[in-house]
Amino acid sequence: MSARLAFDRARGEGRAALVGYLPAGFPDLAGSIDAVRVLVESGCDVIELGLPYSDPVMDGPTIQAAAQQALDGGTRTRDVLKVVEEIAATGVPTLVMTYWNPVERYGVERFAADLASAGGAGLITPDLTPDSGQEWIAAADAHDLDKVFLVAPSSTDERIAMTTAACRGFVYATAVMGVTGARATTSDLAAPLVARTKAATELPVGVGLGVSNGDQAAEIAEYADGVIVGSAFVRTLLDHRDDRAAGLRALDSLTQDLARGVRR
Amino acid sequence: MTGQPGRYDADERGFFGDFGGRFMPEALVAALDELTVAWRDAMADPEFVGEFEAILRDYAGTPSRLYHAERLSDQVGARVLLKREDLNHTGAHKIRNVLGQALLTKRMGKKRVIAETGAGQHGVASATAAAYFGLDCTVYMGAVDVRRQALNVARMQLLGATVIPVDAGSATLKDAINEALRDWVASVDHTAYLFGTAAGPHPFPSMVRDFCRGIGDEARAQCLEQFGRLPHAVAACVGGGSNAIGLFTAFLEDDDVEVWGFEPGGDGVETGRHAATIHAGESGVLHGARTYVLQDEDGQTIESHSISAGLDYPGVGPQHAALARAGRAVYEPVTDVEAMEAMALLSRTEGIIPAIESAHALAGALRSVPALIERHGPEATVLVNLSGRGDKDMGTAIEWFGLGREAGAQ
Repeated sequence: MSARLAFDRARGEGRAALVGYLPAGFPDLAGSIDAVRVLVESGCDVIELGLPYSDPVMDGPTIQAAAQQALDGGTRTRDVLKVVEEIAATGVPTLVMTYWNPVERYGVERFAADLASAGGAGLITPDLTPDSGQEWIAAADAHDLDKVFLVAPSSTDERIAMTTAACRGFVYATAVMGVTGARATTSDLAAPLVARTKAATELPVGVGLGVSNGDQAAEIAEYADGVIVGSAFVRTLLDHRDDRAAGLRALDSLTQDLARGVRR
Repeated sequence: MTGQPGRYDADERGFFGDFGGRFMPEALVAALDELTVAWRDAMADPEFVGEFEAILRDYAGTPSRLYHAERLSDQVGARVLLKREDLNHTGAHKIRNVLGQALLTKRMGKKRVIAETGAGQHGVASATAAAYFGLDCTVYMGAVDVRRQALNVARMQLLGATVIPVDAGSATLKDAINEALRDWVASVDHTAYLFGTAAGPHPFPSMVRDFCRGIGDEARAQCLEQFGRLPHAVAACVGGGSNAIGLFTAFLEDDDVEVWGFEPGGDGVETGRHAATIHAGESGVLHGARTYVLQDEDGQTIESHSISAGLDYPGVGPQHAALARAGRAVYEPVTDVEAMEAMALLSRTEGIIPAIESAHALAGALRSVPALIERHGPEATVLVNLSGRGDKDMGTAIEWFGLGREAGAQ
């Protein structure tokens, strides 16, 4: 199921969609399934499941630490696909966010086929732009999968046009020039970027990088179709590493706050 | 400095055959495009090229000497020539690359540079170039390397650079590159990334090669002038591969000249503790380029190992990957033991203490010399790039050889 359906449904309700990110295998495999289910039950419209990678150039220390914990715990690519299967079964569109090498190593066509049969909606690829991604674009099209590429404040209008033309599902707008991580204030680069992106495509535009509370979500929801939250969720679990039940309760509470934010 | 694109050059998108390209966050694409245009314009501008050559000559001390190591040659039965990049200012070939990139930074109007470093040679060179051009400089260095290269950390600090230890991952060069890339994503409007080797996304592999190609251009001309002929083989160590590609480029079109790259074999490739990326890695994407990568079944990078921090990298420059696949260059691993034996040999036969990186090149070359003699007789000539001097590695040498414990024991 394309993520587009969830965005359209949110738009029909006059609000932005809430996109929640957590790495598969963090804090462990079963724990990651429990945590992502909380995101689903507490109000996320789309799930972005991180595939842990050894060299996550776009991630800040919070997500890198979580990904490393997942890798140290033995999380494999095939485990990530199992988590996709569990989460997609809830009916919420589930995309995998992954750096490119693990997909290339797994085999691009094979990955697309296995992701599709697990019920996954598609991929978000932080280090693969459409001009380097012909093989993925072909495989995704063949398996009816979403292709979510990123646009950045530094993107030229020509690149935004090229990137959005290759996207399916939604477009991921990185709101700041920087890596992932919760920030105290939202970026003043986000709104102009969303405006430029919307001028180029009919696709929904989600804004990510830095959102950590309902107020920030509400602010972004005024101009974006989706609010993407990652590091704040990971941080919540890291803050309760010795008490998993408390961590899940805190996750529930944060998700509900954010879900209210996108509805204001 | 750059002529028409040759058969070994990258295409417009930075691919050397199947390798290279640009696998990077969109946030950096504009900066990479800007850099590509600036670099091409600069290399076509005689004023820029002239200024670069003048700085290399007057400040860095190039051309470096081509030295016939006669005592060593007598010992191995073939003519061994050493390209003395260790005599350059800051003690390694790295100064060529950073002076080129820093001059380009100045031309682009940026005031801050960042760099990553393993052994510290590139960090020292970057800090030096930043001081020379009056640029603010931050150097990322794996925490493990900060400990094993304390002298170079101090040199960088004395030169005015800020050194930031990186604890993430294996806390070595690859993690320093990740951290530098993160800095660059956030600072790209006013910061240039002085990439330390001929790897990474386009245009770095080609740009770094162009700034280092003086090594080979000089060596080729010196060889013809001093000996009236080209060498039968040229040899260099390959971590990321900047000194090697700088040497090799001048000889690639000379089909009779054998091209040898020597990779860090660590404890031995069979032990799994090594950094022999071309020999034992597989095609993948790391740090923005498709190349050979030490990786597991899932594409996760495997931590590399080498006694030489400067070679301790699980990837390799994409042009080397392409040269290996095309068979134009041959890459073989050299173990820590072999490299340290070569370090001692050169020290004692010629009075030259090489960097452990360069000792890999020498060890590999000497291992391959008997076959070269079989092919060419006693006139066989091998040209080895002595890419750096060993001062920075004395801590490792003291530990390895047990030096200085008892004066007089040696």
